[in-house]
Amino acid sequence: MFTSRRLRLGATALTLTALVLGSAGCGGTTRENSGTDAGGAQASGAANPDAPIKEGLKIAFLPKQVNNPYFTTADNGGKEAVTEVKGEFKEVGPSEASASSQVSYINTLSQQGMDVIVTSANDPNAICGALNQAKAAGAKIVTFDSDTKPECRQIFVNQVTAQGIAENQVKLISEQIGGEGEIAILSATANATNQNAWIELMKQELKKPEYSKIKLVTVAYGNDDDQKSFQETQGLLQSYPNLKGIISPTTVGVAAAARYLSGSQYKGKVKLTGLGTPNQMREYVKDGTVDAFALWSPADLGYLAAYAGAALASGQITGAEGDKFKAGKLGEFTVGKDGVVVLGPPTVFDKNNIDQFQF
Amino acid sequence: MSLTDTGVTERIANTSPPDAGRPRRRLTERLLAVRELSLLLALGALILVTMLHNDRFLSSQSIKDLLLGCAILVILAVGQTLVIITRNVDLSVGSILGLVAFATGELFLAAPGTPWPAALLLGVALGAVCGAVNGGLIAVAKVPALVITLGTLYAFRGIDYYWAAGQQINAADMPRSFLRLGNQTLLGVPVLFLVALVVVAAAGFYLHSYRSGRELYAIGSEPAAARLSGVPVGRRVFAVFVASGALAGLAGVLYAARFGTLDAAAGTGLELQVVAAAVVGGVAIFGGSGSVFGAALGAVLLTTIGSSLAVLRIDPFWQQAVVGALILAAIGLDRLLAARMAARLRGRSARGA
Amino acid sequence: MAHDSLYTAPPSGAVAGRERGRLAGLRGALGSWDAAIVAGLAVVVLLASVSVPNFATGRNAQFLLLDLVPLALLALPMTLIVITGEIDLSVASMVGLGSTLMGQMWLSSGLSLELICVLVVLSGALLGAVNGVFVTGFGLPSLAVTIGTLALYRGLSFVVLGDQAVADFPADWTDAVVQPIPGTSIPVMVVPVLLLALVFGVVLHATPVGRALYAMGNNGEAATFAGVSVARTKFWLFVASGAVCGLVGVFWTLRYASARGDNATGLELTVVTAVLLGGVSIFGGRGGLLGVVAGVLLLGVLRNALQLADVDANALTIVTGTLLIASVVLPHAVADVRARLHRRRQRAQLTAS
Repeated sequence: MFTSRRLRLGATALTLTALVLGSAGCGGTTRENSGTDAGGAQASGAANPDAPIKEGLKIAFLPKQVNNPYFTTADNGGKEAVTEVKGEFKEVGPSEASASSQVSYINTLSQQGMDVIVTSANDPNAICGALNQAKAAGAKIVTFDSDTKPECRQIFVNQVTAQGIAENQVKLISEQIGGEGEIAILSATANATNQNAWIELMKQELKKPEYSKIKLVTVAYGNDDDQKSFQETQGLLQSYPNLKGIISPTTVGVAAAARYLSGSQYKGKVKLTGLGTPNQMREYVKDGTVDAFALWSPADLGYLAAYAGAALASGQITGAEGDKFKAGKLGEFTVGKDGVVVLGPPTVFDKNNIDQFQF
Repeated sequence: MSLTDTGVTERIANTSPPDAGRPRRRLTERLLAVRELSLLLALGALILVTMLHNDRFLSSQSIKDLLLGCAILVILAVGQTLVIITRNVDLSVGSILGLVAFATGELFLAAPGTPWPAALLLGVALGAVCGAVNGGLIAVAKVPALVITLGTLYAFRGIDYYWAAGQQINAADMPRSFLRLGNQTLLGVPVLFLVALVVVAAAGFYLHSYRSGRELYAIGSEPAAARLSGVPVGRRVFAVFVASGALAGLAGVLYAARFGTLDAAAGTGLELQVVAAAVVGGVAIFGGSGSVFGAALGAVLLTTIGSSLAVLRIDPFWQQAVVGALILAAIGLDRLLAARMAARLRGRSARGA
Repeated sequence: MAHDSLYTAPPSGAVAGRERGRLAGLRGALGSWDAAIVAGLAVVVLLASVSVPNFATGRNAQFLLLDLVPLALLALPMTLIVITGEIDLSVASMVGLGSTLMGQMWLSSGLSLELICVLVVLSGALLGAVNGVFVTGFGLPSLAVTIGTLALYRGLSFVVLGDQAVADFPADWTDAVVQPIPGTSIPVMVVPVLLLALVFGVVLHATPVGRALYAMGNNGEAATFAGVSVARTKFWLFVASGAVCGLVGVFWTLRYASARGDNATGLELTVVTAVLLGGVSIFGGRGGLLGVVAGVLLLGVLRNALQLADVDANALTIVTGTLLIASVVLPHAVADVRARLHRRRQRAQLTAS
């Protein structure tokens, strides 16, 4: 009895192994001998800058998750633009920010025959296959906020250049701490592509002579989770007693850090800046916790992404460097290298202007 | 069988002469004492190590942070303890907390003049309603709590998401008096923590001194026997879920006051930490034993681990792994201690002691 | 009897007779539940084909089936485990850890991908063995153990790869797993799923081991008396579950061309939902693989159709929760009504005689 069962279970295990081996084939693929993917040519066909924007385009927004206020605002900006070009707007997305559920939504959208899919990627690679399939089925792909690999989309609408963010953030903190002292960065997650690019450039920026007295002591990760960011801020202040300032280039992080500081003995003594929304930060700017912070307008970002998509689908642009298109109230934009369109420099909010912004 | 009707009175009057039920009661009591002591030791060691690394860890500011940080988890752990003692589990607490927190924010948006005590009561009531849904489904349909609360974990969270629809409530939308509740201190102790202490004390007193409280243990150690000896099992289990829901509601309101920024994802995944706190605190997952004090200590320990890791600059990714390892260690240790004590007791009775 | 601790009262003493009566009633309902779920699946497919545009196409079928591969694979061992009265909540975390192990090995070991895949499946089996040792070796409740390892393994998967993602897997591999069978729109990955389903189906329904699994779920002690080693069988079930998780980890990594710590987060709830929807009793001892396969498909078709019909993601969350609750409440309610009718008839007969 025992032996027969063991045999059977052993057989199951063997089957499993065999299956893996079977599906694996016998090539011996290692990291060294597998070539990297060839970057596909992205701009095909010729652009016709004079082509009119088509009416009735089906434009779908697929944010990282549907329950994130930042994306709600961005998608509403997109909706405004789609209405202006007389298209059909749709917003779908997973309730949690996971790449696998985004894939399932991309497939659905492609199945529904969308003309344009505007998405913000939860993972630069994971949704690539699905996007390429959707592209093959005729959809134009625009990414915004968080990019995928360049070969998986036609246009990436970047909120601001990484360089612009880095310069802005370092300048803000330097002004606030009087040009010298220890600072720390409170980031989102350690694999957030844009965060890492910004942090890298901030480090470069700090090497400039005018910032020579500022020392970056550490980078902490709050995982874009409110409570975690709160705890990390607390940890930073305990670990680095001489800390003068914190940069938190993520909306969740900066709000959590501001809330911690405003309720602690460090209020006003340790400076905080970063990227945050005026609605979240209003309270802390007014009570003196935060002097100034920055952000682009998420609504404008969505608006521009929708226009870029419409221009692609109408044949005005192909995503090649140098293509130009008009984006309604925002004016004319030029496609840069790798199909990147930049929205513009970030807006700085302080107690003088914050009440003019509602998002 | 030790905690059926006759056992209840004896437990209160601890001096009654030994009988058949006695060794097992003493066993559980000693186990609990051992557990609470070892938790305190672990907590002390952790704080000591962290403090050696960074002496600011015990500054008044950071103690305040710590107490503030654990208050919500402590309240949830108390509710969970009540449920687990009856051999059930409530996985929907995180979702109830999220729903109530968001509802509180919405309440202030809709009626900015609402005094905060009213918001508190409404939040607790909403939580109790959610708990009644759980309890009702479990008691009426006789379906396992694990499955029902897994389902309502989705359902309550879904309602929350649906309601919020990507909207966020900010600190500016809520009255100052309410937000101050989340940060205020009384004699240096955060109000939130005092609330948690009151909850722990009340639940502890109830479990120890009320007949219906003792009956919860009876239900957990042997439901069939409890039913036979006249304990209204269905009603008690229902009440326990309502209580757990109400406490999650209370935690939700306090969450809103403390964090100020609310979206529909508040409290996601918290159920795991709550169960972990209870289990680490010595509440037996198979029911019938455990105390709210242990669970509260478990919650404090888990929170302290989180803060220590941040202070020690240990990769935060270890935190979740540590929580998991702690759960395993705690239940493993329980089993080991129980086996040892049982063996020792057997040995003693064999010698005629 | 640690395994029924997580649910409700185990049948014991005088209640056992009544419980047995109910079980018989349930078994009577079993055939009808299997049939009902298959019929439900047919109805949903039919309705969706008629009313949801773009649903009934080969391309959509391909997407749908591909999305279901992990769920279907994980549901197989879960079915067997739940039938013995245990549960494995750590499956999604094992998938995540498998995925990051694969990423880390690919990144830094220089081993061939074939070997890495085998190693990942083996390490999955090892993780499952840890669960098995805790459950059967130390006799701990599987709910508590696997909640612990759920946190532990997920934490470790973040530790293995930090918060980074490994994505440079060879394109011919990542393409291969999403390819359809030439000439059809059925993904090739469906073949191993069917093969494994066949293996598990045969083991469960056509071998003495399978019968022993049901016996364990119905009454662990009786199974031991009948000469079946409960502990050993359960241990191997957990190992099998771990191995399948490793396999899913490999598939997941290749399908999304991305190994990262948060892969498959929360999938355990969907797996449990599918298994229960498929008519497996959470008390153990009842259910079949056909129902589970139909349950998996029903869940997938429903989600896909609702998504195509532009139903909000948040509504989908509610649907999942409600389905889970309905799938356990309905059969129990039916059985309850039957038992009540039966008792009334008996009483009528008694008074008549």
